[in-house]
Amino acid sequence: MHHTPSGLFVPGPSRRTLLRGIGGAAALGAAVPLLSACGDSDSGTDAKTVTLGSNSSDAVPKKAFAEIYAAFTKKTGIKVDVNTKDHNTFQEQINSYLQGTPDDVFTWFAGYRMQFFAGKGLASPIDDVWQKIGSNFPDAMKQLSKGADGKYYFVPLYTYPWAMFYRKSVFKEHGYEVPTTWAQFIALCKQMQKDGLVPIAFGDKDAWPALGTFDQINFRTNGYDFHVELMAGKASWTDAKVRATFDNWAEILPYHQEGSTGRTWQDAAQTLVSKKAGMYLLGTFVGQQFTNATDLADLDFFAFPEIDPSYGQDTVEAPTDGFMLSKSPKNKAGSVQLLEFLGTPEAEQIYLKADPNVVAASTTADTSSYSALQKKAYEMISGAKNLTQFMDRDSRPDFTSTVMQPALQKFIRDPKGIDSLLSSIERQKKTIFASS
Amino acid sequence: MSAFDSIPVVPGAADTPPPGGTGTPSSPQSRKPASGHRRLLTRRDRVALGFMAGLPTFLHLALVWVTAFASIALAFTTWDGIGFGSIEWVGLQNFRDLFADNPQFWPAVQHNVIWFVVLIAIPTPLGLFLAVQLDKNIRFSRVYQTAFFLPVVVSMAVIGFVWQLVYNPDTGLINSLIGANKPGHYIDWIGDPDLNLWAVLVAASWRHTGYMMILYLAGLKGVDPSLREASSLDGANEWQTFKNVIFPTLRPTNTIVLVVTIIESLRAFDLVYVFNGGAQGTELLSILVTNNIIGESSRIGYGSAIAVVLLVISLVVIIPYLISTFRKERRA
Repeated sequence: MHHTPSGLFVPGPSRRTLLRGIGGAAALGAAVPLLSACGDSDSGTDAKTVTLGSNSSDAVPKKAFAEIYAAFTKKTGIKVDVNTKDHNTFQEQINSYLQGTPDDVFTWFAGYRMQFFAGKGLASPIDDVWQKIGSNFPDAMKQLSKGADGKYYFVPLYTYPWAMFYRKSVFKEHGYEVPTTWAQFIALCKQMQKDGLVPIAFGDKDAWPALGTFDQINFRTNGYDFHVELMAGKASWTDAKVRATFDNWAEILPYHQEGSTGRTWQDAAQTLVSKKAGMYLLGTFVGQQFTNATDLADLDFFAFPEIDPSYGQDTVEAPTDGFMLSKSPKNKAGSVQLLEFLGTPEAEQIYLKADPNVVAASTTADTSSYSALQKKAYEMISGAKNLTQFMDRDSRPDFTSTVMQPALQKFIRDPKGIDSLLSSIERQKKTIFASS
Repeated sequence: MSAFDSIPVVPGAADTPPPGGTGTPSSPQSRKPASGHRRLLTRRDRVALGFMAGLPTFLHLALVWVTAFASIALAFTTWDGIGFGSIEWVGLQNFRDLFADNPQFWPAVQHNVIWFVVLIAIPTPLGLFLAVQLDKNIRFSRVYQTAFFLPVVVSMAVIGFVWQLVYNPDTGLINSLIGANKPGHYIDWIGDPDLNLWAVLVAASWRHTGYMMILYLAGLKGVDPSLREASSLDGANEWQTFKNVIFPTLRPTNTIVLVVTIIESLRAFDLVYVFNGGAQGTELLSILVTNNIIGESSRIGYGSAIAVVLLVISLVVIIPYLISTFRKERRA
């Protein structure tokens, strides 16, 4: 309140300044495109800069990526202007981000999730990039990088397998053998329970870890082809084959850690760190929880055991992360050069040096600096007949997040109600996959 | 707001001498000609006033009404959020799917209702009780007041985070204290659908009690002390005074309390979202809306249909109540 000595109000200046302020704020608000990239994407207009939208908000990968871009700038003189967003936020806003004014190049995932945006015309095909980098990648990676129209849309950088993790010292102490068949696996679970261990650590509070368990049991029980059909919404969830998957799951469910729907994967991993649990099915990123070097050296994994001998252990779940080119990049020539560089073993090695939990997507990358765990992961992936991504990358994300995540949590709590659960999944699947 | 309060909207208002003004006395004659000019709105003033009235109206229309109607319209379509060309009219299909096929929908409605009933049944009377006690000017009443009100100041997301630490099955406070964090003894407060809603309601009530306490405390401060005196002269004991004299005069506060509680129970979201993401047992309509709309390849039409159901429920509950209350007040 402004008072003159006479005690009168002086309205003028304060009101007008206020209004001007409001008007200015409103104009500013209108000028900033809602929900789009953080504004600094305009700087990419000159030919010497490529803009890049990144979801690598964690410290370790962020630094590793920065090193790759620095190497690229050194080599070509083209600057990479990185716009990093929180990992989950990036994913949640990807729709509006790609429709607004996206950066020239952006980080994304291989598989259905990439094909979805390619199919919507929100990404540019990069067949010209692949003519240069094609020889660096195995066929399985090539398949993962193609859209439904057969064109390339994706440059993979790194990948990591999902497997059963265990502590070598625990297996040695109790004389356990790595199980390769379902019968051996069940026997091992029983033995661990007798020895006072939680056979399989499990935390499904975030609802996605159970998707990984389903994937493993399903492609071991029914094979890769059926799994792909099921994920694509073609096969029926009420099929007896799916029922068989859940029967197998129900068989090992009693050996899973109790109270799993209230536990995060980090807490579940801690039971493996503290040797209270015998095994844990997760991606290699479980290594992040092993902060002590000796514990990490004690960590090992084996492929999920065979269920049906006709499929053996031929399928490996190996989510792959990489890069895509947005629909109308401002600096296309520079972006292509960047993508070509990202597809080289050189770029992959820079990344892997900083993040030891993953392996290179390329088969020509130098594996000599790999840790024992990385070497094993690399062998597992390169020896696989088929690669899957992960349920929420292989299927429609809306289906997996709104239907499958709650459904699998329900199954974990109440495995007996599986029949009504499956028919409910099938009904919901039909409506979701019917809408395009 | 205070900036606006100080602005005399009618320029003539500046003419009224300030109450008990101790400033330099100026003769009314010398001010008269000036005030005549001030009565006329200059062009600039008119533009300014137009802005003042126009901008809020525009913002209100654009941000409240247009978006509300757009979301109602979207409820009858399917749309993945990519380009306006992909909006497709599907009539009532979303609602049919929702009512018949969505296993989370009816539990969510039920949980929203339970949420309301619990908030009205437990923290509201408790808040009233605390307010009555604090109104007696007991010692350290400011300290108690602050302590009880503190949870209201803390963001819901933070409350959710703090309580999920308390309820954590392995390392949480409760399970550690009662030894329920060993295999075979687990109590899964966060994941068990028979428990988690009640666990989260404890957290919600913890906060709501403080909120209700402050509302009632404000109401009690407004009760005329002479009413208390009169009733004590009539020989009423404390309970009788409260029941027959104080509580009836709190009617306006009760209206606010009821409306606030209904709103709280319908918009309940952040606490549960942080607590366990709305897993089985704690589904809420607001969480279903979010899960369907936010994210990649979102189901905007379907999510809007759930939002419309939420809107209808709010209207059905709020409108009749407000109509009857305002009618009664007008009559009084």
